[in-house]
Amino acid sequence: MADTEPSGTGGENIRYSSSSIIALLQEIQNIYGYLPRDIIKKTAIEHSIPLSRLFAIATFYNAFSLEEQGRHIISVCHGTACHVKKAKNLSEAIARHLNLSGSEGTTPDRLFSLKKVRCLGCCSMAPVIKIDDTIHGTMTQTTVIQVLRKLQKGMLHE
Amino acid sequence: MSDATTRYLAAWKEKGITTLFPNTIKIMVGTASCGLASGAASIAQAFKANIAQNNFDAMVTTTGCAGMCFQEPLVDITIPRKGRFVYGRVTPEVVPQMIAALQHGNVPDGALLRYTRHECLINGFVKRYLTIGATKKERDVPIAHAFPFYRRQLRIVTRNCGFIDPENIAEYIAQGGYSALATVLDKKSPQQIIRMVEQSGLRGRGGAGFPTGLKWRLCRERTSKHKYIVCNADEGDPGAYMDRTILESDPHAVIEGMLIAAYAIGATEGYIYIRDEYPRAIACVEKALQQAREAHLLGKHILGSSFSCTLTIVRGAGAFVCGEETALLKSIEGDCGEPNQRPPYPIEVGLWGNPTVINNVETLATIPIIISKGPRWFSSIGTKTNTGTKVFSLVGKVQNIGLVEVPMGTPLRDIVYAIGGGTSNGRSCKAVQTGGPSGGCIPERLFNLPVEYDALAHCGSIMGSGGLIVMDDKTCMVDVACYFMSFLEHESCGKCVPCRIGIRRMREVLESICAGTATVEDLEKLETLAHLVAQASLCGLGRTAPNSVLSGLRYFRDEYMAHVHDKTCPAGVCKNLITYRIAESACTGCGVCKKICPSGAITGPRKKPPQIDIATCIKCGACLDVCPAGAIITI
Repeated sequence: MADTEPSGTGGENIRYSSSSIIALLQEIQNIYGYLPRDIIKKTAIEHSIPLSRLFAIATFYNAFSLEEQGRHIISVCHGTACHVKKAKNLSEAIARHLNLSGSEGTTPDRLFSLKKVRCLGCCSMAPVIKIDDTIHGTMTQTTVIQVLRKLQKGMLHE
Repeated sequence: MSDATTRYLAAWKEKGITTLFPNTIKIMVGTASCGLASGAASIAQAFKANIAQNNFDAMVTTTGCAGMCFQEPLVDITIPRKGRFVYGRVTPEVVPQMIAALQHGNVPDGALLRYTRHECLINGFVKRYLTIGATKKERDVPIAHAFPFYRRQLRIVTRNCGFIDPENIAEYIAQGGYSALATVLDKKSPQQIIRMVEQSGLRGRGGAGFPTGLKWRLCRERTSKHKYIVCNADEGDPGAYMDRTILESDPHAVIEGMLIAAYAIGATEGYIYIRDEYPRAIACVEKALQQAREAHLLGKHILGSSFSCTLTIVRGAGAFVCGEETALLKSIEGDCGEPNQRPPYPIEVGLWGNPTVINNVETLATIPIIISKGPRWFSSIGTKTNTGTKVFSLVGKVQNIGLVEVPMGTPLRDIVYAIGGGTSNGRSCKAVQTGGPSGGCIPERLFNLPVEYDALAHCGSIMGSGGLIVMDDKTCMVDVACYFMSFLEHESCGKCVPCRIGIRRMREVLESICAGTATVEDLEKLETLAHLVAQASLCGLGRTAPNSVLSGLRYFRDEYMAHVHDKTCPAGVCKNLITYRIAESACTGCGVCKKICPSGAITGPRKKPPQIDIATCIKCGACLDVCPAGAIITI
């Protein structure tokens, strides 16, 4: 079952062997930003992997998301160092600013997704947040909103 | 080693020396993850642009992390005949001034420390940085080994971190790299290597402290055709980033260690399992593997010997439990990372059913130096049963946040105060949390404790991978325990009941304590449950999960009782138990708090101490963060 026809699901670069299912899903997530259900179903058929196995892995690992994500992903680090420096308050301040009800979620306009992550390994700059691929360190409730406002302003001009 | 190998490595060494110690000015920018996060990329760019603009002869290069994360971004400048100086918190704005000073033959102002010499630990190569006609200002810059942050440290595993360019294999070889591998392949039998590692007394740096040599011997003795070496770089403990730093700053040390391990146990294939959250580390190791392959140090017939070995990176997908060895193996096999009952241990039944040795990043990075310097040298460092050094990430509410390496058995007090400089805000230090979510909190009164596997276990914590999180009197121990329980509840794989449900119930009880709704019976229930989860869980995650609760109840019972009995949070953290007030005597009436308050709860006339309306206050703490006079208090 190794070589399969290009499937158009995004996972065609990876030859399927049971050990590469995670890499396959990572590839799909890289392309779509999340794991769309119809693509997972297609992948299961094309690679003859039980659908239940794909869903088991997709829901087991934190890196995968079955929900469509916002254009910008804001990850608030909730590692221990960030926790003792009040990362919780940062999450809540961002949620208030984006009018989100919980401390995680996606805005209705799908521009922002707010997430909690477990340790980005930049503990020296705690509390830290990551917006897409950029890490912002030693944040306060005031500076985090400034960073967001700047981003939102930039988006208006796009 | 054979003449041909000696000549081959000598040629690489020569190449490395030319970039390590060039004849021109050398500017090194620290670009590990923490450096990049504080803007190192734009600083390197600024240096390059300025040099090009001024037609100036200088070399700009990147290096890993020198450990002084509290001074990031760091720039290290070597000026021929003037010396080697390190600058902290560099911004792109000061780059033109620095270049201008260098152009005039001066040492830029504001150096943090200087080096007078560099000695290579492995080959004994010594480079003296000449300082001719140094001004008083230059002489006043503290020398690195006298600098408080470095004075008590012994940098063996991190010897190359922040000095070599991790993307240049020649610099690693110039520092004595791959000479241990060459010696091993040429002169030593696998049994001799195993004996050396056993004699060194090295214990696994991943946290459990199992003797590395014994693990290798047990795997060597298995008569299986296929064996595997796996590097566990799934550094999931929040607050710990030693492995990330080593992978980003000195990836070849880990590769060399893995190859020696593979040779010793008889494996020809290996995997490096790196967590998904470390894209920079993955990129660095990928590049290092590529360079090692090109230099015939990896792949078929390594250095012309009969030994062949391939190494492959496996990217994790964000699951804390995959740091547990059986779960990690399942993840490499492409399955959900659910741990298995041990025994059988991976050395018997591991990857795809074959004997597998799983070692931590730091353990593997220690191997080359043990081979080069000999087991006796290594075991002379540290204590009798805990030899060598340990790398810690010293974080939390401490002044000098960073990566520190100290001999085993160093008192906790020395690490927190002498190296760390005490708490960041001058408040009193309450505890240090070790071992990540599986560890416990050690109160200040026990800080004379030597940091080693056995002593830490004795007082209810664990060494763990090496995160040390400093907590001051404004950290609530109940809240911290609750945080760890919710972390572990989320990360429990759910396979066994004690862990899946036990941790959830513990978290619920802790939440009720934080909310002020718990009773004394709840505390007893919590304690019983903690013991039960510790005894009945399947893997290390569940078995060590209650440590933070049990150590909290053991050392900080008063704080738990204050929540339960008096319905107060002495640290002023638990929202349900505190109210914000303004201390009128300290207030300057600046009005910043009024502006920042998101709920409009702070009102009052201009230039007078305002009032907080308790009913509308959402206790977000924004006012506390901004008040310049420290007039916002919690009661």
